[in-house]
Parts: sequence; structure tokens; C-alpha cells
Amino acid sequence: MKKTLALTLLVAGTLGAVASAQAVDARARFMAANCAYCHGPDGKSRGAIPSLAGLEKGYFVEQMKAFRDGKREATVMQKHAMGYTDAEYEAMGAWFAAIK
Amino acid sequence: MAFDRREFLKVSAGVAGATTLGTLAGCATSSAPAVAGANPKVVIVGAGFGGSTCARYLKMWDPKIEVTVIEPNDKFTSCPFSNTVLAGINNMEDITFGYDHVKKVVNNWVQDTVTGIDTAGRTVKTAGGKTFGYDRLVLAGGIELLFDKVQGYNAEAQQIIKHAWKAGPDQTGVLRKQLEAMPDGGTFVMSVPMAPYRCPPGPYERACTVASYFKKAKPKSKIIVLDGNPDIASKKGLFLAAWKKHFGFGTADSMIDYRPNNMPRSVDPKKMMVGTEFDDVKGDVINVVPPMRAAAICAMAGVRNDSSGTWCPIDFRTFESLTVKNVHILGDSTLTNFPKSGSVANNTAKMAASAIVEIFNGREPDAAPVVTNTCYSATGMGTAFHVATVFRYQAAKKADDGKVTPASMVAQKGGGVSKEESELEFAYMDAWAKNVWADTLGLPENFNYTVKG
Repeated sequence: MKKTLALTLLVAGTLGAVASAQAVDARARFMAANCAYCHGPDGKSRGAIPSLAGLEKGYFVEQMKAFRDGKREATVMQKHAMGYTDAEYEAMGAWFAAIK
Repeated sequence: MAFDRREFLKVSAGVAGATTLGTLAGCATSSAPAVAGANPKVVIVGAGFGGSTCARYLKMWDPKIEVTVIEPNDKFTSCPFSNTVLAGINNMEDITFGYDHVKKVVNNWVQDTVTGIDTAGRTVKTAGGKTFGYDRLVLAGGIELLFDKVQGYNAEAQQIIKHAWKAGPDQTGVLRKQLEAMPDGGTFVMSVPMAPYRCPPGPYERACTVASYFKKAKPKSKIIVLDGNPDIASKKGLFLAAWKKHFGFGTADSMIDYRPNNMPRSVDPKKMMVGTEFDDVKGDVINVVPPMRAAAICAMAGVRNDSSGTWCPIDFRTFESLTVKNVHILGDSTLTNFPKSGSVANNTAKMAASAIVEIFNGREPDAAPVVTNTCYSATGMGTAFHVATVFRYQAAKKADDGKVTPASMVAQKGGGVSKEESELEFAYMDAWAKNVWADTLGLPENFNYTVKG
């Protein structure tokens, strides 16, 4: 409880900044979480499916486009890539790039 | 901009604290139920792919939420991969996991059965005599099997005839033993319920994996598939190809005898007989999956209220009941156009968790969520294939003539099934299982899986 109070006071002054950081994140966070059942929690795979955590954003976006356009061979990935927009590739790419 | 999760959690905890400033004073007396308090309470009933995932992501995305999970079983048994247990490829232990890593992150873990839900007073009662209050209730109870829709499928018959549609030692485990005890040249009679049902490709996969076992261990045996549907309800071309390639389907020696429009209407465990509208079918081992509906807890909350009282209509953006406020329903219990799969339960649980976090923090949930399904089926012969679909939310529309098209989740172009079965896809299916178990149960990266893919 003490901790919550301290945080409350600390953040009260910077609420504006926090709110804008939040606004960008929730959607990308959920879209990225969508990938977890195949690619592992936080994009850290436990099997033959590649990990996504820590991939460079540009690489991630390029691969999604290649899957979508059939330029990179795939089993399931063209089906997934075709369901998202370029902006969503960017958002997910940024999310995974930020995971250590 | 790089941020790690710890940083993110700090930020979100801070916002949470800030929003509670106004209610802190109220907390000392009694908080009004309409306003979530300093630590809003979520009660989750059921810890399968939906409930367990929801619990973990709520705590991950907003640690201030007080999460209580009520689950009757002491262990998680995976339905996906349970057909490989029937084939003897894996054992029950390989698909059974403890809840340790979920228990660690939630506030209360209650091993109990829910006996009553009061959605006006926002309380849940258990068989153990406990009462839990909530700001938001999440119902993740899966399905209720309707044994009384099949004549003779009473408690006594259920000792002999297994559905194995909720995996566990008493179902999957016993059915495996029955198959092992069956003599070569015996007949295995299995059924497919009328769509929509849990795991659309599951029964056809079961025919494959059991056939793979028979082919090796008792090659003179037969499988009769009694399908309530007019045709193979999922991945038809791929299953037919697999049945032909591996099990002689379409020839006089076919191991699989597929009978559409043959819904089991009765069972007789003494005569070992299944009755359909046309036939009495005799088997050495009988596996009948009765019709199903949303779990009983959904009826307790008054949310199992589609036109036939079978499934739960929900708002696709939040998974909140369309009629009962503050009650969210996950996975197989819901009325949607999603397949009732583990992948969907896992992903829509995160969708609901995300919406609940946004609502508690005074923000709007995602107005146009995107969600996916990927579902693998094994042939039992070292290969597998998939179906994959991306769904996007489309808001309700009112035409000029006043006609309203309700909100929906639209399957995107490009979705569909594998070109053909492959070993590569079985490796992916194995990875999918390990990853979805990890994501659902919070299994660490160094978790020692024993399942054989």
C-alpha cells in the first residue's frame, strides 16, 4: 500500500507524459501477444518456430511483406501476413524489437 | 524507443495509482460497486487455455488488479495433443501440467467449484462455502456435455463409454487403455457432434491417430466414424487425403469407415451398441461425444442466452456479455464465428484482458481489434497440417433502409488450410503446443517438456 501511494505521488506530476506513452502501446501490445501461441510468450519460442523477440524492426516488417507477397516461402505465415496492414507490421515490429 | 517490460509495468502501475487518487478516501468507508477501487477485483472461473491466459496477462499488463482464479482441477490437461495419447505416441503425463507458475502471479488461487453467481450483487459462491466479490467476472468454463441428449448415456454407461472430449486420466487415459486392450480385428466406434462443437478438426484427427496405432499394433481392426454432420466439418480435403494415403480410405481394405448424417441417438454399454437414426452399430470400444453447450457457470450468470440457450453472445471488442454487465466470457462458451480452439481461447483471453485493463484505467478498449486462429492437426504418421485465419472487427452498420448489420469479426482474405500434410508442419505443431502451453501457464523458458512431436 505504501508503495502504491509513493508511486501515485511520483506520477501525479507527469501524468500527461505517461498517458501519451500508454496510448501508443495497448493495441501493438495485444497484436504482438497474438503471435505468442506459435512464437512463444514475448516472442521467445520453445520449439521449431522462430523467435520474434529482439528482431530488428526493419527486418520484421520486410519479412511480413515478403510473406504477404509470396516472396518468402511459408506454411502459415502468408495467411497471417495478409490479415494485417503495413502500419500494423510496423507496430508489431517495434514491439518485438524492444523486447530484450 | 526501447523499453523493457519492467519499465512498462512501472509506468502502468503509476497510472493505476493516479486514477485511484479520487477514490482513496472512499476506500476507507465502502467503495461504490460501479467504480473500480484502488485494486479492482477480477474473478476468473476456469483455468484452461482461456482463463489461465487471462489471469496471467491481467497481472502482466496491470499488476494492481486483484485476480482470483477458481478452478476445480488441480492440474491442467491439454486437449490439443490428447489424440496422440490415444495413439500411444505420448502419455498422459506428457500433456499434463501443474498450475505453479500461474498460482505465483495471481492474488488468490482457489481450487473449488462455483455453485452460484449473483450478477446484481457481483458475487460468486463456491461449493466450499466461500464468497468472492468482483468488479469484473470472467467465465472460462469451456463446454458442458449434454449426456441426456443421447439415450442411455447415463452415469453407469459413462463408466464404459468415454467421450475423451475433456482430456484427463478418467477420459483420455481410460480410452487409451480400452484401445490397448482391444483385440486385433476389433471395431472402434467414434462419433462427431453437430457443429458448432469444441475443436472442429479434432474428431477427424482422432480417426487418424487411432488408425496410426491400429496400423502398427492391430492392423485388422476397423474404425467407424459416426458423424452427425452432413460432411467432414473441418479440413476436409486434407483429412481425406491423409485417410487415403495412410489408411486405405476409398478401398475395400479401408481402416476407416466414414458415415455422415449419423448422429448417435442412443448407447447401450451392455450390448456395446450405438444407435443412429438408421442403424445399430456394434463396437469393441465406443467413444461417443455428446452434444454440448456453454459451461454451466454461464447459465448461473444468465449469459448463456443466445436464441437456443446454448452459447453466450458477447461484444467482440471486450468479450463482455451483450446483456449482463461486467461479465466476460472466453473461449468455447462464446457465440462467435471463431473455431472453438485452444488458440482462439488463448488469444481472445488476451483480447479480453487488454479491454479490462483499458476499462479499469478509464480508457477506451481497442475499437477495431485483430485476432487470429492457427490450428494444427496430426495424422499420427509423423506429419501434420493447419488452418489459419486472421479476424478483424467490423462495427455494426445501419443501411439507408434502416436495416442493421450486427458487429462481426470478419475472416480476412488469404486465410485457409495447408496445401498438403508435411513433417515440417508436425515440427511446427509440436512448437505450437509448447508455446501455447508456455503462454497459457507461464512455463519458464527452460521448462522440460516430455512430449514427443
